[in-house]
Formats: sequence, structure tokens, C-alpha cells
Amino acid sequence: MLTRLANPARFMRVSGVVLPWLGGASAGVLGLGLVWSLLLAPPDYQQGESVRIMFVHVPSAIMAEGVYYLIAVASAVALVWRHPLADIAAQAAAPLGAGFTAVCLATGSLWGRPMWGAWWVWDARLTSVLVLFFLYLGYIALVNAFDDASRGARAGALLALVGIVDLPIIKFSVDWWNTLHQPASILRAGGPTIDISLLLPLLVMAAGFGLLFLWMLLLRMRTALNERKARALSLYGPAAARDEESAAPLPEARPV
Amino acid sequence: MTPLLGLFWCELRLSLRQGGDLGLVLGFFVLAVLMFPFGVGPEPELLGRTAAGIIWVAALLASVLSLDRLFASDYADGGLDLIALSPAPLELVVLAKGAAHWVTTGLPLALISPVLAILVDLDPGAIPVLTLGLLIGTPALSLLGAIAAALTLGARRPGVLVTLLVLPLYLPPLIFGTGAVEAVLAAEGARAHLLLLGAVTLAALPLAPIAAAAALRQALD
Repeated sequence: MLTRLANPARFMRVSGVVLPWLGGASAGVLGLGLVWSLLLAPPDYQQGESVRIMFVHVPSAIMAEGVYYLIAVASAVALVWRHPLADIAAQAAAPLGAGFTAVCLATGSLWGRPMWGAWWVWDARLTSVLVLFFLYLGYIALVNAFDDASRGARAGALLALVGIVDLPIIKFSVDWWNTLHQPASILRAGGPTIDISLLLPLLVMAAGFGLLFLWMLLLRMRTALNERKARALSLYGPAAARDEESAAPLPEARPV
Repeated sequence: MTPLLGLFWCELRLSLRQGGDLGLVLGFFVLAVLMFPFGVGPEPELLGRTAAGIIWVAALLASVLSLDRLFASDYADGGLDLIALSPAPLELVVLAKGAAHWVTTGLPLALISPVLAILVDLDPGAIPVLTLGLLIGTPALSLLGAIAAALTLGARRPGVLVTLLVLPLYLPPLIFGTGAVEAVLAAEGARAHLLLLGAVTLAALPLAPIAAAAALRQALD
């Protein structure tokens, strides 16, 4: 099914239909999650109202890591099968992932102030997220550093794979270095330690973040494809744009 | 094997003969370390506590600074195309060039580190561990740096880009290298840190040339 959708023209048709539904679903789920987590959920017995930061912090942390894995998988697909949509997906996802990482760092900092008494501490998990943020920035900078867009895409794909191999090593070394952050409390042996009244809105928020990401990803991918089409039109005329509609590899257009 | 040895010696001779290349890196290293006492103040206790970090960070920066030497000039004059056409596998070419890079940066940095360690008041008992750590860890810097250097061939402003790409990758060697010295200062054994540092280098030894060779191939397409 994925290979069928990988045809750019079919992707444009299908994603055009899916996009409004995805946008509506993410708005609905996020709205429900926000009302539930900010107004209805009970305050924590220790942390009080400040626990509500968690409902934004944890989903954005999940997305920050998840999007990097997605970029790595898309990059591997792009390198092995040379498929243009995989490149576009990886490049479209990178700024979104960087955004989620920035939100995660910012909310973590706001949460750290009342809980630990400091905006920033050099704790292992904070530091690995900060490193992840720089990996995103490096990827985005490398992809955009070449006049030839396909070179940028391939270099970026290689860097994403190097990053995914190195990420566990960095994480381990940073853990070794310092630990203050609480250990994992949702995914762990023996069930979650978080109370069900806080866990349910958290899961709803996580689903909302996931839908929001998918919606923005499809939107960005469609924009990138349209941009390529427009560039091909302005450079080679309507015939080239028609070629682009078929699944042929996209002609390498240089910036005008 | 002979062409690779030839490449290694050629690289070595080039960087020694062009005079200054090796000296520049060492000069940068020494100056960068000497800036810290002016920045944080001359108190021996404070300097001694931060000495390992200062020297390691300066070594990372000096190593990044010299990465453009690895492939950029060969890429610019077309020599890299000829090297890629030769029967020697590109992975081993990266290894030979990385080894030459280490001999002209990491090795001399490690060898002069005891002198700098005295200047920044590191406890003399910890100096051998610092130097040993640099000897074990700097090959990883050259190898990881080769990936970034290969990826940025032909990019706009490669110098800044290399720094952005490579410094996050340098975090593990930095942590284990300074950790070893900290452990000696705290009267614990430095063995675990040094072993982990060695593990990083040993993992980079086969993996980094594969990644860097892939990057070179796509740069030369």
C-alpha cells in the first residue's frame, strides 16, 4: 500500500482528500485533550497545578524523538530506493521535529523552575534532548547548504543515519555523566506509575500531537511537491510539469 | 596495502611540508587553553578542577579546525576523483587519511597536553590519565570528523557547518575523557572511563570509514 502511495501524483490526490479530515481530527482531539488536561484533570498531590505542564511536555518529547526516527527511516528508504517522496518526507519532517524539541525544552525549563528550583540543570535527559535539538539543526543546515538540492538531500540522509547510530551512544554517555530527571514512568515493567486520572488526558494529548504532526507533515510535503512543480514549469515549460505528474524521477531544478 | 601506505605517507609529508599546518593547530590548541585562566581567574583550585575540561574542549576545537584538510583540497583540485577511481576501497582510503590526520593533530595534541596541564594547575597525579585519555580518544575525533568533512564537501560555508555537525558527535569522547580525570581526582579508578573511551574509538574505527566513504561517493557523483 505504501509503495502504491509513493507515486507522487497518487500521493497528491490521496493526501488532498485526507488532509482536511486530518486537520479536523487533530483540532478536535487537541481541543478535547486541552480542556481535559487543563481544566478537568485533578492537580497532582505533590506538584499541584504545575503538573499540567506535563500534558504538553511529555507529548512533545515523544514527538521530538519519534520524528527523528521517522527521518532516519525515510532517509534509509531514500538512500536505498532513491525515492523522491522519501527525501521530501524527511526534509518536511525535520523542522517539525526541531519545533517539537524546542517546545519540549521550553516547557521542561518552565516546569523545572517550580520543581527543581532552576530553569536549567545539566541533567542527563535534558542534555540529550538538547543534543537532539542540535542534531536537528545540523540536519536542516546540511540539507540547505548545497546549490544542488539532490546533493543536500543525500548528504542529509547520510547524516540522519549517522545520527541514529550515534544517538544511543550519546544518550548512554550523557546518562553516565549525570542523572537527576525522574526515571521513565509510563513505559516500564510493572505498569505505569502515573495515576489513571492523569494518564488518560496525557494519552489524548499525545494522540493529538501525533495527528497534528501528521497533518503538518502532509501539508509540508504537498507544498514541497507543488514548489517543485512550479519550478519545473518556470524552467522547462508545461511538458516538464506533465512529466512530473507521472512517477518519473524529478528533474533536478537549480534555484533561479 | 601499498597504495594506502603511500597515501598515508603522502598526506603526512604534505601536512608537515606545507609548514605551519601542524604548527597552526598546535598554536591554536595552546592559545585556546591559555585563554581560560584569563577568563575564569588564576585561582589554582578552580583551574585545577576545570583543567581536564579545558584541555579536552580545546583539543576538540583544534581537531574540528583542521578537518577541512582531510578532503577539501583534494576535492577542489580533482585529486579525490582519481583516488576514488583507484582500486583501493574508499573506506580504507578514509582510514588512511584519518590516520594521517590523527598523527598530525590528535597525537601531537596528546603529547603536549602534560605541559598545558601543568599550566592550568591539574593535579600532577592525574596528568598521565589525561594524556592516555587523549591518546585513546583523539582517533575517534579524527574518524567522526571525517564523516562531517566528507558530508560538507561542496557545501556553502563548510567550516561553520562542520562545527555544527561534528560537535554533538564529539560529546561521548569528551564525557569519558574528562570523566577519567575526574575519577582520578576523586581517588576512584579511571579504568571504566578509559575502557568506555576505547570502546567509542573501536566502534568508530569500522563504522566511521563506511559512513564517510558513502558521503564521499555521493559528493563525487
